[in-house]
Amino acid sequence: MTTEEDLKLDSEKYLNMDLLRFTTAGSVDDGKSTLIGRLLYDSKAIFEDQMESIEQASEQKGDDYVNLALLTDGLRAEREQGITIDVAYRYFATPKRKFIIADTPGHIQYTRNMVTGASTANLAIALVDARKGVVEQTCRHSFIASLLQIKHLVLCINKMDLVDYKQEVFEKIKTDFEEFSSKLDIPDIRIIPISALKGDNVVDKSESMDWYNGATLLHTLENVHISSDANFVDCRFPVQYVIRPQSDDNRDFRGYAGRVEGGVYKQGDEVVALPSGFTSKIKSIETIDGKIDEAFPPMSVVLTLEDEIDISRGDMIVRPNNQPHVGQELEVMISWLNEKPLNQGGKYILRHTTKEMKAIVKDVRYKVDINTLHRIEDDKTIKLNDIGRVMIRTAQPVFFDSYKKNRSTGSLILIDEFTNETVGAGMII
Amino acid sequence: MHYSLTHLKQLESEAIFIIREVAAQFEKPVLLFSGGKDSITMVRLAQKAFWPAKIPFPLMHIDTGHNFKETIDFRDKLVDELGVKLIVRTVQDSIDKGRVQEEKGANAMRNGLQTTTLLDGIEEFQFDAAFGGARRDEEKARAKERFMSHRDDFGQWDPKNQRPELWNLFNARKQVGEHFRIFPLSNWTEMDVWQYIAHENLEIPSIYFAHDRSVVDRKGMLLAQSEFITLLEGEEYEERQIRFRTVGDMSCTGAVESDAASLEEIIQEVASARLTERGGRADDRRSEAAMEDRKKQGYF
Ligand SMILES: Nc1nc2c(ncn2[C@@H]2O[C@H](COP(=O)(O)OP(=O)(O)O)[C@@H](O)[C@H]2O)c(=O)[nH]1
Repeated sequence: MTTEEDLKLDSEKYLNMDLLRFTTAGSVDDGKSTLIGRLLYDSKAIFEDQMESIEQASEQKGDDYVNLALLTDGLRAEREQGITIDVAYRYFATPKRKFIIADTPGHIQYTRNMVTGASTANLAIALVDARKGVVEQTCRHSFIASLLQIKHLVLCINKMDLVDYKQEVFEKIKTDFEEFSSKLDIPDIRIIPISALKGDNVVDKSESMDWYNGATLLHTLENVHISSDANFVDCRFPVQYVIRPQSDDNRDFRGYAGRVEGGVYKQGDEVVALPSGFTSKIKSIETIDGKIDEAFPPMSVVLTLEDEIDISRGDMIVRPNNQPHVGQELEVMISWLNEKPLNQGGKYILRHTTKEMKAIVKDVRYKVDINTLHRIEDDKTIKLNDIGRVMIRTAQPVFFDSYKKNRSTGSLILIDEFTNETVGAGMII
Repeated sequence: MHYSLTHLKQLESEAIFIIREVAAQFEKPVLLFSGGKDSITMVRLAQKAFWPAKIPFPLMHIDTGHNFKETIDFRDKLVDELGVKLIVRTVQDSIDKGRVQEEKGANAMRNGLQTTTLLDGIEEFQFDAAFGGARRDEEKARAKERFMSHRDDFGQWDPKNQRPELWNLFNARKQVGEHFRIFPLSNWTEMDVWQYIAHENLEIPSIYFAHDRSVVDRKGMLLAQSEFITLLEGEEYEERQIRFRTVGDMSCTGAVESDAASLEEIIQEVASARLTERGGRADDRRSEAAMEDRKKQGYF
């Protein structure tokens, strides 16, 4: 029973919560929607009117149970086709953390959505059906998580109720998966046997699987340590906007607005502006709430410098002894997002940090078979949902790091010059 | 040393980042301001994004004419304090010009009509980006909305033709005549907004707090007495202690019975609430896909 006290929210605790962003992926019918529905439901993120509306909708469709999956597919086209076709974002919170779920559809053709959802995630959940075990899509999801440098992967072996909660089934799938995942670049992998439908090991520990001593899914999500995942070493501050108030009392103020994408900036630090190479010191770090001593990712702040040097949007403020690469030739793993295949030798608009410029895809080195991780060297057409390695030449110098070192200064998108669509997502090698 | 930001600080930073991107990538942005808690939060974030400079774009209010007086007074005071320009475009004007037709009947409302007034306003001033305070948690159709949502030259939203948004790289390129809707609060929940307002000590219109008011109970929805409501047979006004959870059009904004007189009390009420915020609005109730339909036509 819920009492008045249970419902009472501790505002101070709420303000101190941190944030975990995760993606979910699984093949159709593995139970992803049911799992998300359960997380939302058990954490009371579903309201009565939403519940009523899905009850009604389930009844109309003739389902004989309340379809928690209906909570997570939004658009009419999808409702009509009964499939999820785009990344949908969901929110819930426990007293420990706030969660943002990027729910990505699992069909073969939707690698693009998985990449999109994964680009901002701290953690990925991949689902498998206990009866089917590791399938091609499991490998694909894990590979994408690894490629996008997600540091934590949770493999949920779902529908354990349908295999009598047997440990052997779990162990077999675990062994199969570990054989594959040893080829990946994911430092933290956990495997949890669950039943999304019955609730085993999702929020509460299962009573039918004493042999499993690990944490439940929710406990894992609440406690996984993510605060050291960002880069606090290499200072990177792409300038977004120059602030020059026109009012009398601030006439001399000149501040550089942006978000810290790496490292820790402190007042008094020696800095260098790229591309000019001029050096100065940080005079102050400003926010409306007052000056602050230091700024770190992902804070949005305003830096002021001791000297008047010419800095504009697209420039980067870094430390003299720790600078990014500067260059016009980039080796990139690219995920293709558009119906129109990549045009080798073609011109695109490239967006990187706060800079935009023209670029040419000079060469396709190889394509990746995302199920086996093998290189494909004979067919180099990169089509929608393909991933491949390319060499890009840019019209101006780019200040970059490898994606592995910094997700912000190592990522880029390609835009079609004529349609303006975002057609490619790149990770610099 | 341990560096970490609370979730609310992260959401704040994300919103500020997006607001600055828009100011840098677009030529003529505008902030759509309704006087509600989400647009008040938006204004605060915009203020933070450019401080100590002023907000470098105007606010625009699409006025249904069915206003709570408290909201309008609040709006005018805020604009005055900020020193920004306020543009008001009214639905009444669109009706008078024959651009739209008033709905008829007891459930007539002007929310749908706002779309035309809004699009006309955007065209009149040639705005290429319009900030809104919408959040993805408000309604199912919004769960897939982008931070920067592309609208064609009819102001329409095509759910199948939205650009993927990866990392923090926002593609704001567009053809002449097209514009974008910008939703910096996408990742906020209703609770986040309330907590932020409390934390930042922001002022909000008084109708958000519990007060006595004459209302009519229409199929479980409490509508405030006003010249815009026509009583149906068997209906009558009664005095109740209520508050509003949104401050939109008086003819379709439902009140909830409440004794929450302070922000902290509102937060406690929201924490134990049984209805989503939009559940109190007559316009979404019309059909399950109502929001999606209106969005396609260019609604907020
Ligand atoms: N027995 C059992 N059935 C499940 C479980 N999880 C999901 N299902 C069922 O599997 C079917 C597909 O689930 P759904 O969540 O729609 O899958 P999705 O396509 O991955 O989103 C539905 O009939 C669910 O009720 C589980 O843990 N055990």
